[in-house]
Amino acid sequence: MRNLLTALLVFCGCAAAAGNEAIAIRNAKIVTVSGPVINKGTVVVRNGLIQEVGENVQIPADAIVVDGEGMTVYPGLVDALSTWGMPGAAAGAARGGGRGAATTTAAAPAAPPARGPEDRPSTTSWIKAADEIQAGDKRIETARNAGFTTAAVWPTRGFFAGQGSLIDLLSGEKAGEMVLVPSLGQYISFTRAGGGGGMGGGFPSALMGMIAYVRQIYLDADHYQLVKDAYAKNPRGMQRPEYDRALEGVLESKRILLPANRWVEIDRMIHFAAELKQPAIYYGLREGFEDRSVKYLKDANATVLVSLKWPEKARDQDPEQEDPYRQMVLREKAPTTPAVLKKNGIKFALYSDGLDAPRDLQRAVKKAIDSGLSREDALRALTLSPAEIYGVQDRLGSIEKGKIANLVVTKGELFDDRTKIEFVLVDGNKYVPAPEVPTGGRGGGAAAATPNGVNR
Amino acid sequence: MKNALLAGLILLGPLGAEVTVIQNATIMSEGAKGTFKGTIVVENGKIKEVGENVMVPAGATVIDAQGQFVIPGIIDCHSHIAVDGGVNEGSVSVSSMVNIKDVINPEDIAIYRALAGGVTAANILHGSANAIGGQTLLLKMRWGQDAEGMIFQGATPGIKFALGENPKRAGNVQGGRGAAPTNARYPATRMGVEDVIREAFNEAKQYKATWDAYDAAVAKGQHPIPPRKDLKLESLKEVLEGKRFVHAHCYRADEILMLIRVADDYGFKIKTFQHVLEGYKVAKEIAAHGAGGSTFSDWWAYKAEAFDAIPYNAAVMTRKGVVSSLNSDDDELMRRLNTEAAKAMKYGGLSREEALALVTINPAKQLGVDNRVGSIEVGKDADIVIYDKDPLSNFSKVQKVWIDGNKLFDRDSDVSGRPNKELEKKKLADKEKAATPAQGARRPQ
Repeated sequence: MRNLLTALLVFCGCAAAAGNEAIAIRNAKIVTVSGPVINKGTVVVRNGLIQEVGENVQIPADAIVVDGEGMTVYPGLVDALSTWGMPGAAAGAARGGGRGAATTTAAAPAAPPARGPEDRPSTTSWIKAADEIQAGDKRIETARNAGFTTAAVWPTRGFFAGQGSLIDLLSGEKAGEMVLVPSLGQYISFTRAGGGGGMGGGFPSALMGMIAYVRQIYLDADHYQLVKDAYAKNPRGMQRPEYDRALEGVLESKRILLPANRWVEIDRMIHFAAELKQPAIYYGLREGFEDRSVKYLKDANATVLVSLKWPEKARDQDPEQEDPYRQMVLREKAPTTPAVLKKNGIKFALYSDGLDAPRDLQRAVKKAIDSGLSREDALRALTLSPAEIYGVQDRLGSIEKGKIANLVVTKGELFDDRTKIEFVLVDGNKYVPAPEVPTGGRGGGAAAATPNGVNR
Repeated sequence: MKNALLAGLILLGPLGAEVTVIQNATIMSEGAKGTFKGTIVVENGKIKEVGENVMVPAGATVIDAQGQFVIPGIIDCHSHIAVDGGVNEGSVSVSSMVNIKDVINPEDIAIYRALAGGVTAANILHGSANAIGGQTLLLKMRWGQDAEGMIFQGATPGIKFALGENPKRAGNVQGGRGAAPTNARYPATRMGVEDVIREAFNEAKQYKATWDAYDAAVAKGQHPIPPRKDLKLESLKEVLEGKRFVHAHCYRADEILMLIRVADDYGFKIKTFQHVLEGYKVAKEIAAHGAGGSTFSDWWAYKAEAFDAIPYNAAVMTRKGVVSSLNSDDDELMRRLNTEAAKAMKYGGLSREEALALVTINPAKQLGVDNRVGSIEVGKDADIVIYDKDPLSNFSKVQKVWIDGNKLFDRDSDVSGRPNKELEKKKLADKEKAATPAQGARRPQ
């Protein structure tokens, strides 16, 4: 039975429905993250939850037993800021600091250019990633092959791009089943959705215009709330306040994500969040290693998401071309950011930022480890830390009884070049990665997609 | 801990607690004494004493400026440096909701270069694409500080206006007529520019009335719902209340007179006319309004509306009673405003003191900070520049610059530090080269 099942899994590379049956992984090394490592133990999973974990665990009679000899069990990895599953989100769209321009699919009908904040330019604050998720997105499977089981998925186009959702990386399921938290907050960027802008091309076009716009929206939201409350209290004799979906979306977002890469931007955005009186998470953090960045973040008791897309020399750059000193320092130091943040007690998680090929993700994390971050802390920054940042540490991020059964089982240490991911459990559903097929051409993100796709 | 300490030092270090004395210098400054040889004592960031015979306090850092010249820090009344993400919110004709303060970039190398040219403060303006542009502010060139640390605290903030070609052309690719409708932006004529300004102030007056009524109701103990706060009109309300200075980009005499009429109609003042290349034609009217004129020394004919410029402009305006200054509008020209000032001696025959005033005390007056900077006088901020030669000579070089008593530029250490910087860069480049796999060995991607 077990062999047959395994064979089936290998062939189709897709999920085995958990049903009521339990899965028990025994004799494995278990890296719980929340507690000490269990060198030889058992994890029992049932109904999508972790039923038991420990050195001496009674394996239920009906359990499918996996012999974990020589294997290591980790909590499933969590991408703290992702676009996996979002329709039309090109790789790199989630980049911070206004560097990744939104491109393709924002099919902007020839609307007249915005003449001011009243026209709510590039604003879709009301949309929730959970409502947009395409369960058939190939990148979900690719990411899972790299050990990711969960992602905080965000709409990333526009100034108020919309609300992020926490989803489990299931394939071929109804999108609704994937959702853990429908709204995590509001994604703010200083990049216009779908290009445009400039002289007469619609407000706002300059960074200061974008900042002014965000500020005006929060002033408007405050006022809107006041008027709405007054109307609710006593509508008689009062003009009905006009419904404004942009402000509704902003008001229902309990935190904001703000882009900050340079130390100047980190300083600027910390001041801005304080002015807006919004709980904020800063994303990007390329210069998080700078002494000043550390000081600002510490003083503000800030929480940050560090992009795994380390600055690199352009592949097609003229080898003779000499880069500015500043740029070289950035390339050298950016990967030390996680280690520096850890040392200074700043709460952080890592995020994929457009990387989705397992190999690229693994390399990126390894680079942070090689730059001083311990393996434990790297793992934490991709499991329990993002869970804590989004307030779901009671459900996710570590291997504990009662938590969601999101696990990665490997041969070898996670983030190592030669490590093989044996299988992944998402909500107790078992996925076995298909062997990585090398492909030509760039954007090898789909390299590991199985032939048996899950497109609907 | 060490890092935090270091960061602390970087951020808080320059408080200027120690005493600095500059001796034997030729001091050139506005003030009772004019040009003389003497001593300056700097304490706690301020000028404590200045004179021919001054006691040197014990424990002071003494700088012997024998044969050298000292002037107050140069002030550039029109600059666009140290701004992130564009200086023009050019999408709309009234962009008074935007603020340069939000996008200060304290690591712009132009700040350091300005320092090296003796500039210690600059009026950072929004661009000129809009009839009414963004909010502006005055920065000190405190290289090494963060955005907040750059701000000239206590200085009245400003707003940029612009007349003529720029606001009417921006967004109108073909001058308005025949432009693609989605690109067309009102106005496309000078008449339209005036209209845009008047309309904006009509709105601002109404807005102000709404808020005044609300404030009055609150004062009476009532609890009405406050009106909506509109950032665009908020800054214009401040103009009407005299809390924000208007710096108006302009060229032609007719548009200068137009704006004076508009200002009179709506009851606000124009603090400075910027560029004001035809200011010499209407200097009396400018002086009567109480506005300053901040112009170029000898830069003209780069567009039709700049054809009537003359190099005598600053001198003529000065003689007609306009507080005049020379500005750069450019991060390169900014580094040699001292020689720009000297040109006004050749064209127009200003005295040395008058010429120097064009880039020191006069811009300070135009920006409303002449009680703080612009001259070397007791009680003022210790913003001081040492030149090796006469600062009005084009052979002179800036040697040292202090802002608030902190030495932020020193030519000697800059020059001697260069080989080390080169070495560091080379080390990094070599390291990168070693880490890059040889051509051909690269992973196919």
